[in-house]
Amino acid sequence: MIEATLNTAQPQVDGKARLELCRHHFPLLRQRVNGKPLVYLDNAATSQKPQVVIDTIMRYYMEENSNIHRGVHYLSEKATEAYEGVRATVRQFLNAGDTREIIFVRGTTEAINLVAHSYGRVHVGKDDEVLISAMEHHSNIVPWQIVCEERGARLRVIPMNDAGELLVEEYEKLLTPRTKIVGLAHVSNALGTVNPVKTMVAMAHARGIPVLLDGAQAVPHMRVDVRDLDCDFYAFSGHKVFGPTGIGVLYGRESLLNAMPPYQSGGDMIKWVTFEKTVYNDLPYKFEAGTPSIAGGVGLGAAIEYLTKLDLDAIGLYEHDLLQYATARLSAVPRVRIVGTAREKAAVLSFTVEGIHPHDIGTILDLEGVAIRTGHHCAQPVMQRFGIPATARASFAFYNTKEDVDVLVKSVEKVIEVLG
Amino acid sequence: MAILRDLYQEVILDHNKHPRNFRVMDHCTRSKEGYNPLCGDHYTVYVRLEGGVIADVSFQGAGCAISKASASVMSQVLKGKTVEEANALFDEFRGLVTGRTDTEREAERLGRLAAFSGVSEFPARVKCASLAWHTLKAALEGGEGRDKVTTE
Repeated sequence: MIEATLNTAQPQVDGKARLELCRHHFPLLRQRVNGKPLVYLDNAATSQKPQVVIDTIMRYYMEENSNIHRGVHYLSEKATEAYEGVRATVRQFLNAGDTREIIFVRGTTEAINLVAHSYGRVHVGKDDEVLISAMEHHSNIVPWQIVCEERGARLRVIPMNDAGELLVEEYEKLLTPRTKIVGLAHVSNALGTVNPVKTMVAMAHARGIPVLLDGAQAVPHMRVDVRDLDCDFYAFSGHKVFGPTGIGVLYGRESLLNAMPPYQSGGDMIKWVTFEKTVYNDLPYKFEAGTPSIAGGVGLGAAIEYLTKLDLDAIGLYEHDLLQYATARLSAVPRVRIVGTAREKAAVLSFTVEGIHPHDIGTILDLEGVAIRTGHHCAQPVMQRFGIPATARASFAFYNTKEDVDVLVKSVEKVIEVLG
Repeated sequence: MAILRDLYQEVILDHNKHPRNFRVMDHCTRSKEGYNPLCGDHYTVYVRLEGGVIADVSFQGAGCAISKASASVMSQVLKGKTVEEANALFDEFRGLVTGRTDTEREAERLGRLAAFSGVSEFPARVKCASLAWHTLKAALEGGEGRDKVTTE
């Protein structure tokens, strides 16, 4: 087995060079696609996994696999210890106050559904309002829409400008006594905008309104401190942060979580069951019904430890540099328009080419070994806002390089050459 | 590059740039909207029937090169055909883009449609090529219904 050799990276190389060396930790990136070296630029959809994560999952299944919180036998205790150890790792990663505030879920979508259905059903009533932004992913729109329909409440939307920046002064006006909760993307998956969430949380709190942040696109690219942000809920997915699919995290403020009813029910979320009455378990287990993705959790722990060793601040700087380079190079190609030009951006480059549909761009890039996403990126209202059916989207991780960007740009030029 | 040219053949590039019968039909017998939610391709297909014969076909909308060229070529090949002949051609076309048709042997019969033979190498693009055809078929079968046809 190959262990990630982070600690042995030469101390004399600077942060940037050290990150470029990490590419070899990702076995999938070594392959060729359509006869060309793979250039993987679809990290906003899912990230690739370092060897250390793959090895950890394999080791778990080979040496520790057992159900957790149940048996008194050796393996069950090992598995429980591993899984609960990850909860402590996640707490530290997000700088949450207590492991009781770390709920394991399937991913960001399930985390938002949990809050919408558990918190929303209790606190959102007739004629109340739920406030989200114009750049939300469908997973931070549809759950709220369903709750609003059921409760006779209204979904309001914070508008954005042509650069893809939220209009904070409009947000201020939309915060009313009827607003029961605010749901915001920390980073937009379609535009790359980094929203001023700390300020926006403070504005909502000034009126006693809690805020949920969708951190799916933020956590892989920057240090997130939920106590500094002062948000009430924070959600992210393991698979976008170099961990496995099927595991994600909901951070919730303990006082709010305690007052919320269970979302799903069954085993593990109970203390005592009779046919007449059930006493629910304490946090965080109250929200974790059924056998969870234990291997997923263990893999997520390995991913977070890997990422923490790399240093998220160094990753942020490196990716900022890469995004600036990619933006400059791609903007210089005739007929290319960048969609999403906010001042604060992270790792996402959405673009269109005049007269060429993104789907055709995606197919031709694939033949060049370049993997990007084309379509509406589960953010159809964003496409409607910009009056386009779809975009092509290149999204970066720290294992991408300027050479990757060069191949992207050359391939886009080829698209124009072929389709005219 | 060869496989790229197989997909984006000259006929397709030409019809994408200069789509034929790309217009709203004022006095159509039937029309239908077709939509591919995965990539946002969206077309309306118009048909004018005269005694069981397709007298005119046109379309409007937006989408990728494959879907637009397919709608354009379809509008040309269907003019003057009976509804039965149109359905038979759709079956031929489906066989072609899903790789079930021997294109070399059938080339003469397929005519301009043979330009879409490369699509069979790109499973993700079969829906693009078929969208206008599905929409037309629904228009012919479904009368004046306003429901959209989707590829999903």
